[in-house]
Amino acid sequence: MSKRILIVGGGLAGTIIANGLCRQLGKQIRKGDISITMIGTSDQHMYQPGLLYVPFGKIREAELFRDQRKVLDRRVPYHIDPATNIDVDANKVTTQSGKVHEYDYLVIATGSRLMPQNIPGMEEGAHWFYDLNGARKMRDALAEFDGGKIIVNVNAPHKCPVAPLEITFMLYDYLNEKGLMDKTEITYTYPIGRLHALEPVAEWAKPAMEKYGIKYETFFNTKEVDPVAKTITSEEGSTLPYDMLVTIPPHNGAEVITSSDLGVGGWVPTDKQKLLREGSDNVFICGDTTNIPISKAGSTAHFEADTIIDNLTSLLTEGRWARNYDGKVFCFVETGMKEGTYVWFDYTTPPDPGPPSQMIHWFKLAYNRLYWLSARGLL
Amino acid sequence: MPEKKTIDARGAFCPGPLMELIAMLKLVQIGDDIEVLSTDKGTAMDVPEWVAKVGHEMVGVEDKGDHWSVVVRKAK
Repeated sequence: MSKRILIVGGGLAGTIIANGLCRQLGKQIRKGDISITMIGTSDQHMYQPGLLYVPFGKIREAELFRDQRKVLDRRVPYHIDPATNIDVDANKVTTQSGKVHEYDYLVIATGSRLMPQNIPGMEEGAHWFYDLNGARKMRDALAEFDGGKIIVNVNAPHKCPVAPLEITFMLYDYLNEKGLMDKTEITYTYPIGRLHALEPVAEWAKPAMEKYGIKYETFFNTKEVDPVAKTITSEEGSTLPYDMLVTIPPHNGAEVITSSDLGVGGWVPTDKQKLLREGSDNVFICGDTTNIPISKAGSTAHFEADTIIDNLTSLLTEGRWARNYDGKVFCFVETGMKEGTYVWFDYTTPPDPGPPSQMIHWFKLAYNRLYWLSARGLL
Repeated sequence: MPEKKTIDARGAFCPGPLMELIAMLKLVQIGDDIEVLSTDKGTAMDVPEWVAKVGHEMVGVEDKGDHWSVVVRKAK
């Protein structure tokens, strides 16, 4: 009997897995021994890291999008029909249209979502660039900005953990080039006691901010925003005035995860090496959806996806486990408009970022286009 | 009935034990305990410092030899 693989989520993680499985299992798919189906929420696939450039007009919006059906291998039926219930005991997923998909193996890659509404006043008083509408609004606000206090405010949990630093240094360069830094003050706030979760990155960021006169406040977890008085207040008791507030809102996982009782906050308890849902041997979790204490980032999803492709292929063709996920994460870090660096680490290797260079910045710009090869499973 | 959650952040470099604790505190009920397991020696100092600032309750810090166990109770 044919083995059915169902992938819930049409983002980077789900798409890499679908395309990678097609490459590995072409013969079995052709014979009808294996089928792969994907359920998603949109006909468009977005390159999320490109949103960082939108507020500065450094990328065309069209570059961020491709037709998901063209990114996806044509052997994978794609249903734009959001999952409304995932029943891991009965091995079936119900969708908004009422259709029921049964599976032998399930991949859940439903990602994360922004939750500015979780903090009073944040939706009304803040800008963000983690979705297209937010990035557009921030671009318009920046175009009109003629000096004052800017706060870059970071909240937990959030994906793409280096983006808050990137936007801070890019803001400095952008405003400096416009001749506005002599009447602008940038303050960066961060939830824990240093400027970044990764200690070496925090050690690099501190003198870099001091060099540019960027202020910072650590142990700052947002309690509320007052959009009328234009102030932001932390749980720790600090209140800062702002003219423009750029926030990285707190995130949750997808609603279908919580409504299906698969994990508090939308994060699914996941074995950090096998990437199997805890308590299941046929449900893989990939990308932001896991509760693994690791960066929620595209590269994490990519490396996890490669592991899941190998294991699903091996289980289906040889009946054995192939390999464990080693916790690998790789992130480019834009350190301004003209230079960048990168950081990588895994479960046993600590991060050690090198000095910023123009070459790495250019490579990041190149990757903004190479991404589409990653999504297709070619890179 | 208060519950106890555990975050196994041993070997986690990013986002790290304290960030994981902050995120988890948003998801549990007042009175619930969260145990953070960490191999980062800074956790045993960072967490109590932050908990004191925001007004949660430290239940305990224990050196387990190859890692630390830090337990925090959500107080507000």
